[in-house]
Amino acid sequence: MTNVEPWNETQARAIIEAHAALDGALLPILHAMNDQFGYVPRDAIPLIADMLNLSRAEVHGVATFYHDFRTEPAGRSVIKICRAEACQAMGCEPLVARAESQLGISCGETTPDGRISLQAVYCLGLCATAPAAMIEDRVVGRLTDEKLEHLLLESGR
Amino acid sequence: MTVKIFVPTDAAALSVGADTVARAIVVEATRLGADVDVRRTSSRGLLWLEPLVEVAVGAARLGFGPVTPDDVADLAAAGLFDPQRVAHIAHHLAIGNVEKHPFLSRQTRLTFARAGLTEALSLDDYRNTGGLRGLERALSLGPKQVIEDVIASGLRGRGGAGFPTGIKWKTVGATSAAQKYIVCNADEGDSGTFADRMLMEGDPFALIEGMTIAALAVGATKGLIYVRSEYPHAIATLHKALATARTAGLLGHSVADSGVPFDIDVRVGAGSYVCGEETAMLDSLEGKRGVVRAKPPLPAHAGLFGRPTVVNNVLSLAATPHILADGADSYASLGTDRSCGTMPIQLAGNIKHGGLFEAAFGLTLGQLVDDIGGGTASGRPVKAVQVGGPLGAYFPVSLFDTLFDYEAFAARDGLIGHGGIVVFDDTADMARQARFAFEFCAIESCGKCTPCRIGAVRGAETIDKVMRGTDVDDNLALIDDLCDTMKLGSLCALGGFTPYPVRSAIQHFPEDFRRDHRRFIAAE
Repeated sequence: MTNVEPWNETQARAIIEAHAALDGALLPILHAMNDQFGYVPRDAIPLIADMLNLSRAEVHGVATFYHDFRTEPAGRSVIKICRAEACQAMGCEPLVARAESQLGISCGETTPDGRISLQAVYCLGLCATAPAAMIEDRVVGRLTDEKLEHLLLESGR
Repeated sequence: MTVKIFVPTDAAALSVGADTVARAIVVEATRLGADVDVRRTSSRGLLWLEPLVEVAVGAARLGFGPVTPDDVADLAAAGLFDPQRVAHIAHHLAIGNVEKHPFLSRQTRLTFARAGLTEALSLDDYRNTGGLRGLERALSLGPKQVIEDVIASGLRGRGGAGFPTGIKWKTVGATSAAQKYIVCNADEGDSGTFADRMLMEGDPFALIEGMTIAALAVGATKGLIYVRSEYPHAIATLHKALATARTAGLLGHSVADSGVPFDIDVRVGAGSYVCGEETAMLDSLEGKRGVVRAKPPLPAHAGLFGRPTVVNNVLSLAATPHILADGADSYASLGTDRSCGTMPIQLAGNIKHGGLFEAAFGLTLGQLVDDIGGGTASGRPVKAVQVGGPLGAYFPVSLFDTLFDYEAFAARDGLIGHGGIVVFDDTADMARQARFAFEFCAIESCGKCTPCRIGAVRGAETIDKVMRGTDVDDNLALIDDLCDTMKLGSLCALGGFTPYPVRSAIQHFPEDFRRDHRRFIAAE
């Protein structure tokens, strides 16, 4: 989330226009908003509804159904730790607990200084190099206390 | 003479430092003045050895792994860049001729024939290794015979449901509609599975060829690949491969000069597990919440935007080029009675030799976990293995004689699903695992049907009571009853199969559900 920008209606309109011709354009638009602004701003909902000829309720329903779409700005770095079975078998839970206590937040929250968002994910497809994590698009396998420590210290600076 | 060195680009390899290793090799070679050509290929799937560095010596490739950047100077000093010396390196990371490694030599690789050998985005590599032969034959056979071949191959859906792929194609082929779709289900959300990811990252043209064959067979002109957002590397690779395929005339207004139009788009999921269910996926593709649809109508009749739609898993589609190229009989001759061909099995979790093992159906679970997988990574005894993702049953060691095929697993109240095997050692608490199954179902339920939406929440609460030692027998009976309701009353496999991990955990590991109760009583 290093290159997110503040809410800007002109940009939002441009995003919607760029995707509006797609069949089933709503998810691609919400993804683009999420990427551009770091979340799907509340102001984007009526705009999308208007331009796609949907009701606000429909757009809100979709935006809030999917785990990926944030309703609040993300931290400068988003650390996703896998908590699915293969990673459980390799001890992801103590790592999650460590990250939570060190950052003073729970999964799904952002540090008060806006540096790191911590997020649980259910499978990154790195199940043979578990435990696994992802920071932005960078994948980390065979996660250890030391590797996690490094990520928590370095991310979002 | 230039020495060719291969380092994988697969996300699993990247996750353990393949990029830094590749860079370290280049730096070290430059420092030593060695003439090396570092090629970035797909992964062999021997994932416990990643980053696996291979050096070409004649026709063979010698492997070293798992290599860290710090090992590179050591290996180079021992002769990594010297074709005369590399075969004689007596380093603890040397694994010898990779093809002869038992993990690889015991496999039958059809879908993953190119794994570790080719560069993912090289269409030349793809062609030179038998790629596009299936498409050529499909074009010469015509739609009807293609469908007959896929039926005759015995290929069943590799996503988990195991429905015959050819029958699905036949149903869509028999419809008449202005628009038909091929939807590739690449929402590989099951923990312990990564074969779709490896194929998309490592051999994307195989998927494109498979989808094109399907399109020709059923008369579809538009394809969509629904990839989960957790797979950014696969998404990037697919976009590049599709652009290459278009430039080469394999996609577009006339597929391979056949006059038939077909093109493929990538759509990215948004973190919802239930969107791996085909009808929820269709709704998601339409821009809606990923809510499961009641069937009928089948997607084959009224799928994406109400049009006839083939929905197939990545592995099913990627198996078809081989079936077309080498014939249905050769594929059908592999495997067991009704489970034909090969299955890319994924060994994961607490396992010594984790990775991708493609083999004909019919190995036993014990062979896979103990002989091939080498037991646990922790070195402790195996306690349980979960087969088939979060909705799959937990099997104890006493059931390790179960054959790995659709029917044998069903006969023992399990499922092979998408072929993932997650190993747990004896530190696992099966009550916690059962609780997690309910919890996961509650997090991911689309909310449409009551047994899943409410049942999962009540199930987790009730297991909490069991774990606290409250009316254990009564609450276990209640859970059993709830499992019946969920199994029989849910609209899709999310609610319907959550009872598998729960019940198998209770049945095979009853002591874990009374552990805290005993401690509680002892404390009194």
